[in-house]
Amino acid sequence: MRNFVFVILCLWASLAAAAELEDRQTFHGENGVTLRVLSSTDTDIFAPILEGFIARNPSVSIDYAVAGSADIVTLIEDCPDCFDVVISSAMDLQLKLANDGLARRLPGLARSSDTQWRQSLFGFTLEPATMVLNRAAFEGRKMPTTRQELIEALRAEPERFRGRLGTYDVRLSGLGYLFATQDARTSETFWRLMEVFGNLDARLYCCSGDMIDDLASGELFVAYNVLGSYTQTRPETLDKVAVITPEDFATTMMRTALVLDTTELGETAAALVAYLTSGAWAAQDRPGFPLPSLRDAEAQMLSVVSLDPGLLVYLDRLKRALFLEAWASALLR
Amino acid sequence: MRGRATSLRRRLTWTLIGGAAVLAVLFYLVVRTYAQQIAQQGQDRILEASLTSLMDAAVVREGQVEVDVPYAAFAMLDTAADDRVFYAIHQGAELLTGYDGLVEGPFAAMAGPVFDTVGFAGTDLRLARLTRVLPASPAPVMLTVSVAQTRDSLAGTLWAISVNAALFGGAFFVLAAGMALWTSRSTMRPLSQMAEAVARRGPRDLRPVVRAVPTELSPLVTSLNSLMTRLNASLTQSETFIAEAAHRVRTPLATVRTHAEATLMRVDRDENRAALRSMIRAIDESSRAAGQLLDHAMVSFRGDQMERSAVDLVGICRELVDRLTPVAEMKDLELVLQADGPVVVQADPILIQNAVRNLIDNALKYSPAEGAVRIEVQADPVAIVVCDEGAGFPVAQIAELSQRFQRGANAGDTVGSGLGLTIARDVAEAHGGRLELANVEGGGACATLYL
Repeated sequence: MRNFVFVILCLWASLAAAAELEDRQTFHGENGVTLRVLSSTDTDIFAPILEGFIARNPSVSIDYAVAGSADIVTLIEDCPDCFDVVISSAMDLQLKLANDGLARRLPGLARSSDTQWRQSLFGFTLEPATMVLNRAAFEGRKMPTTRQELIEALRAEPERFRGRLGTYDVRLSGLGYLFATQDARTSETFWRLMEVFGNLDARLYCCSGDMIDDLASGELFVAYNVLGSYTQTRPETLDKVAVITPEDFATTMMRTALVLDTTELGETAAALVAYLTSGAWAAQDRPGFPLPSLRDAEAQMLSVVSLDPGLLVYLDRLKRALFLEAWASALLR
Repeated sequence: MRGRATSLRRRLTWTLIGGAAVLAVLFYLVVRTYAQQIAQQGQDRILEASLTSLMDAAVVREGQVEVDVPYAAFAMLDTAADDRVFYAIHQGAELLTGYDGLVEGPFAAMAGPVFDTVGFAGTDLRLARLTRVLPASPAPVMLTVSVAQTRDSLAGTLWAISVNAALFGGAFFVLAAGMALWTSRSTMRPLSQMAEAVARRGPRDLRPVVRAVPTELSPLVTSLNSLMTRLNASLTQSETFIAEAAHRVRTPLATVRTHAEATLMRVDRDENRAALRSMIRAIDESSRAAGQLLDHAMVSFRGDQMERSAVDLVGICRELVDRLTPVAEMKDLELVLQADGPVVVQADPILIQNAVRNLIDNALKYSPAEGAVRIEVQADPVAIVVCDEGAGFPVAQIAELSQRFQRGANAGDTVGSGLGLTIARDVAEAHGGRLELANVEGGGACATLYL
């Protein structure tokens, strides 16, 4: 019961906290229209894609705003007119926006049914949730390749790993919540791992980037459910960390884009979404580019979170409360 | 025939095609209605399953309802058209979770789910709702679960089925229309075959129809046969009458003429001889008129039902010339036949013979003595020209001359009834030709019978 009250307090706190933009930059084209994009992806990661789009559509400028995936929903609900395109890694929240009728249908963008929903929500990357390890911490030790091996490694030397584990704070991060709920759906191992994390005073993060920074510095030894591709944006970390895609199962999400129904720049917005889904931005001459396009990894479609109404389940108020209660009781001791 | 003519075949065809069209439309409507019911039932069953799984997941803890929504409850609502999903869970009349305004209380407990089509979020939804009373302490809790889904996939399915049903209906109609044409044609075939067979008969062929006909036609054929039998009897009667009349009129006249000539030999007084001569003339005229009247009756009768056969016009003319030469010699006239070779046409020989004989007769009558009557048979165009060297036709009257009982103003005292040219004209017209009259420069006249 104590936990339940705590969760309610956390929820209240997260709702009360005003959703705000983390970053806002304008990519200038040649004095044309300005497309307002709200995204959960950091500007430095997304910049090459936007520049590629502007190179092809010189008359378009892009006002690129970044917010946490959970905050995006609040921002859109508060002001649907403020943005034209929404890009987010939280598939469930995006699907809810589309389900609630906020997304415009783009029948022109013919896609396979696996990577789009209702011709209004379009996936354009495939990114697995990974375990990222500090190489130095596993010097001379076998690197775990599955959740079970990670649990065994942690149980073998609990004091060594105490306070050196990191994962998403699912109360703050929409993507963390999506990964956690999908993991929980797939296997009970998730809960056992979370209990081990809780026992070893795991640290909670808002973002993959922060976790990778702390891994590189040696603060963290293990981070769970991190977007491994983010290490690519920090070349100096590449030799310090190891990105491991779990072999038992790898929850894989699609970064999705939608055009808000209220937009006045429908064609330009649709052109951006078409550019994203075309995969043309994933140029071969740009090794180390962090976002793997759908086209690169079409074969990995097996454990991808599917775009269907089931995603709405964990967004249900009661279901979310139950999940956060379970999550808190496992992790927050 | 009175009233508008109707076509049995057309009526049969249109009746069958109309029936097929009605059936095709009916088929389309029935399939569509049925498909709509089935598709709606399908959606309702899935909504009900989702509803049940939500209801089963509800537990009451310390008077508060907790619903651990199963993932499948919404995942099962995934459709090909990615239909939108809405839901609401009410405890009593208070919204616990889900979409506000989807359904409004108050709710009453019900035995099974109810389905309804409602408008929400700017679209039509199929909504399933179930209210249950959950036993709990201190008081039972009334829980209402509602799940709704857009109908895009349903509409897509219905559209596909409608298109297919329309295609099937159209194909059925085309097939049925083709069969209707075929059926009406084959049904009407015995009728047209019979009509053809009757039409193919010669004009004097009045034998009864004996070919096998469909039972529906046999009353008609029986009546037709009986009509033809009566017609045949009546025709035979009139032919007999004509022959009889010709015999009865001509024979006594010949006897009277013989007696008159014998008497003429015996009387000496001039006034008596003159009276007898005029008597003989009158008898000749009557005899000739009777002959021409019979000819004319014959031409009228035969012209209505001609018996065409291949005839040689030159042959007919030669025979007539041979027969009439003694008559011509009595008037010191010469009959000249001009022809290159046989001219064979499809014609009624008796009628042709009658016409030419009347023309030659006329020419002989109006030719002065010591002259010649020329008969020419032309092959292209087919025509028989009879020319004399008489006074010619009065120019003003040429158009009227061939009318019945019309005689030329210059006929004078020549014996004649005025039927000769009429007979020739009737024969020409019965053969699809015409009679042309013309004067020859330097005296004489020509009558040309075109066939």
